[in-house]
Amino acid sequence: MLYLELLFQGIVQGSIYALIALGLTLVYGLLRILHVAHAALFTLGGYIGVIVTNQTGSLALAILAAMIVVGLVGVAMYKLAYEPLLSKPPFIALIASIALFIAAEELFRIIFGPYGLSYENPPLQGGFEIISGFFLKYGEALVIILSLLILSVLGWISGYTRLGVSWRATVTDPDMARAFGVNTQNVRYLNFFIGSALAAVAGVLVALLNNLVEPTMGSVPSYKALAIIVLGGLGSIRGTLLASMILGVIESFGTIYIGHLLDRDALAFGFLIVVLMFRPQGLLGTR
Amino acid sequence: MAYEITLLTTMAISVLFALSLNFITGFCGQISLGHAAFMGVGAYAAATMMKASISLLFVIPVAAVFAGVLGLLVGFASLRVRHDFLAITTMGVVFLFVGVVRQQEFLGGEIGISGIQQSVLGRTGFMLLCVVLAGVFAGFSLLVKRSWLGFVFDSIADNEDVSQVLGIDVAKYKLFAFVVGTATAGIAGALYAQHYRFVGPDSFGFVESISVLAMVVVGGIGSVWGVMFAAAVLSVLPLLIQFVDDYKILVYSALLFSMMRFSPDGLAGIVQRLRNRVRNR
Repeated sequence: MLYLELLFQGIVQGSIYALIALGLTLVYGLLRILHVAHAALFTLGGYIGVIVTNQTGSLALAILAAMIVVGLVGVAMYKLAYEPLLSKPPFIALIASIALFIAAEELFRIIFGPYGLSYENPPLQGGFEIISGFFLKYGEALVIILSLLILSVLGWISGYTRLGVSWRATVTDPDMARAFGVNTQNVRYLNFFIGSALAAVAGVLVALLNNLVEPTMGSVPSYKALAIIVLGGLGSIRGTLLASMILGVIESFGTIYIGHLLDRDALAFGFLIVVLMFRPQGLLGTR
Repeated sequence: MAYEITLLTTMAISVLFALSLNFITGFCGQISLGHAAFMGVGAYAAATMMKASISLLFVIPVAAVFAGVLGLLVGFASLRVRHDFLAITTMGVVFLFVGVVRQQEFLGGEIGISGIQQSVLGRTGFMLLCVVLAGVFAGFSLLVKRSWLGFVFDSIADNEDVSQVLGIDVAKYKLFAFVVGTATAGIAGALYAQHYRFVGPDSFGFVESISVLAMVVVGGIGSVWGVMFAAAVLSVLPLLIQFVDDYKILVYSALLFSMMRFSPDGLAGIVQRLRNRVRNR
């Protein structure tokens, strides 16, 4: 029974990692930028989620609002911070991104206070029994269902629509895509919008599970999501999903069985280093 | 005077630490997001020995050896993975380091090691030692930069594959850069332990690794003078901008961002452009 519970904990955590890391891998696949400030958008999503839910009482509306606002902020971030740095060596954008992330965390602390916000009437409390003696919280079920839904829709868009084709073309060869009439600029905007919106959903969901948003809630995802996209093979979407799930499950089992030797983060990065030494291109990456 | 001595010691240790990263990232072009781990190894090695009343002057080289050995291991990793993959691997090293140290009773666990004795040198003598060590390594860096070794590093930083084709043993030089850089970071760590007379797992984490990388990049990556200046200023900047207190970190990160956005080649780049403008007049 413990195994099943740990497995589910891992899947829930893995789904959240997947939502965050997917946006990051979209950005990396297209622009080769390690977008640390992505985690700040995740936190912003959490704040908007809690504030809108407290004002209107509707979680669905909160998720929608968070997606739209954070998506637009993500596009603005690309326009103002990253676009001018694209021609520079990659670590310039990386450090700029880290600086943005630290600044954002400070802004959250100054604007919303250091102790964070909570839901006044936390939605989706309680849970249900899957099999006798094993409960799943409604919030956790929502995480799994929503992630599956969003990822399927994204998979469908990228595989079967005109938009998806032009997106994949731009990732593979931007110049060729432009020659065939794809507006690569719009693809980049859309890329940032979707990636940031996904991070916002993850933010709202994490805020729901913990019933708390705080200025520092992005610090763990900021580096762990980087580890995940590297583990999966930079820019590979399927690799990112696989790595998110593996890491979620490994962390949930690892903290119980070898938690006295290594803490959660060290476990994740230890696994990352071991994998990279054997497969330098990541799990599903290509050289 | 006591305050000035503390300030100068802090600066000298930061300069040494930043120059040690500059050797790896600036000269040899190998990015590291986990350089604080090596300072941590040196600091913990030094702290444990100094608690056993071993003299500072003996402790420093031992700390360098410990950090250098770990650096050699990470150097081997740098032969396997490159660029962004290397950046994340080195980031992993710092989280592993902190995670392992946290769980070790004999290293003080979460609490760290405190109550390290003052060395026989006294505060002024210790300050002089730090300044001299930083100065020596700066001189060494300048020397390397001008020598044939500097050209080899330049070529590796520029393009590893082409260097290999030109007959440069890339692996050997990368390992050399890693060992020298990390051993020096270990020395900086030993000095840190003596200066603050305390080491804890939170003193050598990811944030510290980023701060030292920021010093290198703000100074101008690869520029010895630029990095020295940036490290000296940035290490005491939080003290200098005390007046903005609550907004301290915000100001710091805004400065860092503007630097990247408007002058990605750092202070050295700004100076270079000004110089060119004066010369062309």
